[in-house]
Amino acid sequence: MDSDLSPQDKKDLDKFIKFFALKTVQVIVQARLGEKISTCSSSSPTGSDWFNLAIKDIPEVTHEAKKALAGQLPGIGRSMCVEISLKTSEGDSMELETWCLEMNEKCDKDIKVSYTVYNRLSLLLKSLLAITRVTPAYKLSRKQGHDYVILYRIYFGDVQLTGLGEGFQTVRVGIVGTPIGTITLSCAYRTNLALMSSRQFERTGPIMGIIIDHFVERPFTNMAHMHPCSYRAPGEDEGGTYAGIEDSQEVCTTSFSTSPPSQLYSSRLSYQTPGLGTVDVCHPTACTAAAHPHQMVVPGKEGGVPQVPAQPTHGTAAEHGRIPSCPTGQSPQPAPPTSCSSEVKTVSPSDALETTFTRKVGAFVNKATTQVTTTSLDLPFAAFAPRAYDLEENDPMVHPPPSPAPSSPLQGSLHSNSSTHSVGQPQDDFVMVDFKPAFSKDDLLPMDLGTFYREFQNPPQLASLSIDVSAQSMAEDLDSLPEKLAIYEKNIDEFDAFVDTLQ
Amino acid sequence: MNCRSEVLEVSVEGRQVDEAMLALLHTILLHRSTGKFHYKKEGTYSIGTVGTQDVDCDFIDFTFVRVSSDELDRVIRKAVAEFKDALGNSGSDGMGQISLEFYQKKKSRWPFSDECIPWEVWSIKVNVVNLANEQERQICREKVGEKLGEKVINIVEVINRHEYLPKMPTQSEVDNVFDTSLKDVQPYLYKITFQITDSLGTSVSTTMRRLIKDTLAL
Repeated sequence: MDSDLSPQDKKDLDKFIKFFALKTVQVIVQARLGEKISTCSSSSPTGSDWFNLAIKDIPEVTHEAKKALAGQLPGIGRSMCVEISLKTSEGDSMELETWCLEMNEKCDKDIKVSYTVYNRLSLLLKSLLAITRVTPAYKLSRKQGHDYVILYRIYFGDVQLTGLGEGFQTVRVGIVGTPIGTITLSCAYRTNLALMSSRQFERTGPIMGIIIDHFVERPFTNMAHMHPCSYRAPGEDEGGTYAGIEDSQEVCTTSFSTSPPSQLYSSRLSYQTPGLGTVDVCHPTACTAAAHPHQMVVPGKEGGVPQVPAQPTHGTAAEHGRIPSCPTGQSPQPAPPTSCSSEVKTVSPSDALETTFTRKVGAFVNKATTQVTTTSLDLPFAAFAPRAYDLEENDPMVHPPPSPAPSSPLQGSLHSNSSTHSVGQPQDDFVMVDFKPAFSKDDLLPMDLGTFYREFQNPPQLASLSIDVSAQSMAEDLDSLPEKLAIYEKNIDEFDAFVDTLQ
Repeated sequence: MNCRSEVLEVSVEGRQVDEAMLALLHTILLHRSTGKFHYKKEGTYSIGTVGTQDVDCDFIDFTFVRVSSDELDRVIRKAVAEFKDALGNSGSDGMGQISLEFYQKKKSRWPFSDECIPWEVWSIKVNVVNLANEQERQICREKVGEKLGEKVINIVEVINRHEYLPKMPTQSEVDNVFDTSLKDVQPYLYKITFQITDSLGTSVSTTMRRLIKDTLAL
C-alpha cells in the first residue's frame, strides 16, 4: 500500500492527518466552551492556517491532544476520540457525546494527496463546525456555568461508547478517502439526558448521576422513595461520613413517611451541625451533635422529633465516631406523647437533672416525645449542661408556672399539653445553627437552601393585608362604585383595543 | 453532466422564515466557499483563509455557522428578505421555494452569451404556518430548531459524498467557476431564485408562463 505512495506524498499525508486530528479536537472543544466562536477571514494566506480555515489553537487543548496521541497518528485500529461529559456542581458527571476519528482499510489509491485529500479534509472540518452546533450537547454547553460544567477527555485507541447510555444516536460527519485508508469522523451522542443512575455509593469511577431528580419537586411524604445516594458523589474529603449521613437520613426518612411536612422540617432542623458556642441551652441533643458534625440524629417513630438514644454506650461511641445508624424505635426510653406531657407537668425542679426537656427546635413541632437523661450522656460540653439545666428549670415552656387550680381537669390537661408546644414562642428561643437541609451542599453557593429557609421563614406580612379593611365599610365601597364605573366607561375604547390585541 | 439536485423542506412560522433560510443557505455556502485565490507564477496558487462565525437565531432554538464575510451575508440576507416579502404579499397559503444554484459559466463565441451550467441545486421548500398562541410558538421554536439540525445533517451528508465539483480553474478561468467579487472569500458561482406557490399548488411563474404560451399559440 505504502509502496504506491511517494515518500513526499506519504510525508504530506501523515502531516495532514496529524494536523487534521489536532484541528478536529480544537473545533470540538471550542464548540463546547459555552460561547459563540468567531474568527476572521483573511484574503492573504498566512501559512499557519491549516486547511485554509481560521481555527484558533487553544494551547492546553493542543497539549492534551498531543499527549493523547503520544507521537502516533490515528490509523486503522487506532482511533482518536474526544469524549464530552457534563459535571454538576455536586460532583455527578454524565457522558454526553463521543467524537471519533477513525480510519478503515478502504483505500483510494488514485486520489491526489496534496490537493484532493487536503481540500476534502478542509471540507470535513467545515462539516464538523456545522455539526458541533447541532448535537444536543451544544445547547447544554451554552448554558453551562453555575449548575454544571462541560468537560472533555481525549483518548486514543478503542472507542468506548458504553457511557452514553441506551439508545444513543450516531451522526456521521464525513469521510475522506486516502491512499492508506478512509478517514471517518463521526459522533455518538446520548439521547436520554434524564437518565436515572442506579449507582449507590461507588467511589471508583465517574458517576452517572441523576440529573432530573435534582430539579424535581417532591413532596416530603415521598422522600422515602428517593434515591438520595444517587444525587451526588461523596467528595473525597467527606467520604464515609457523608455516607453515614445519607444512611441515617434514609432511616430518618422512613420514619417520616407519614409525617406532615411541617414536622419533617422541624426534625431536619435539629440535624444541625452546631458551630462553636451553640451549646444549646435547651438541647443536649445539639450538644451531642456538636462533637460529630455529620452525625444524624434519628427521629422517633412518632415523627417530627429526633430522639437521641439514652444509652451511655451510644454517647461514648458518639465521641469516637459516628453512629452509623440508629434504627427507629430502638430508643431505650420510648415515650408516647401522652405520657410526655403528663410527665412534664409533674416534673419538679428537683427532678430536672434526671428528666429532660421535650421542647424541640423548630417552629412547627407540636409533639414532644422522648426524653433523654442528660446525666447519662457523656456530653462533650458537660460543664455547660447544668447551666443549661438551670435555665431549663426556669423555662416556663418546660416547667409551666403554677397555674391557678384548673376549673376543670380538662383545662388542666390542656394547659399541660400546651406547655410542651413551642407555638407562640418568640423566634429568639430557637437556636437554628448550620441547618443542613437534605441533599444540599453549601460549599459552592453563597446562599444555600438552609440559609434561604432561615431568611425567608418569617416573612413580613403583606402590606395589602395589613390595611385595616374593616375600617372601610361596605357602604363606602358601594358609594365609590358609580365613580369607578364612570371612569371605566370613559376609557371603554382603550379596553376594547386591548381585548382586540389579545385575540 | 447531470446537475445534482437536493430538496429540503421546512415548516416554519412567519417570523422564523428569515432565520431558517439564512441558516440553511449559509450552511451550504460555508461548504461551497474557499479562501481567495492568489495565483503565482508557474500556474500555482495559494488560497486565503476562511473564518467562521456562530450565529444565534432569535426566533428559533438554533445556532448555525456562517462564513465570516459581511458582504456575502448582506447578499444572502437581501435575497431572503425578498423571498419573505414575496411570500407575505402573494396572498397564498404561505408556500414557496427558494433555490440556491451553483453553476459554471461556459464561454461561448459571439453572438451567443455565456452559458450557465448548473452543477448543484439546493431547493428549500418553505411552508409558513400560523400559530394561535404563545405556547404553540414556544413549541415551534424548539421543533424548528430540531428540524434545522436534521437539515444541516442532510446537507453535510450530501456534501461529503464528494460528488462532482468543478475543477480548480486557471487564473483566466477563475471567474467561470468562482464568484471573485467578494474581497474576503470566494464562493462558487451561485444564484438564488425563488418561487411562490399559490393555493392551487402551482407556482405563479409557471402559470404565467403557461398563459403567455397559450396566448402566443392563439
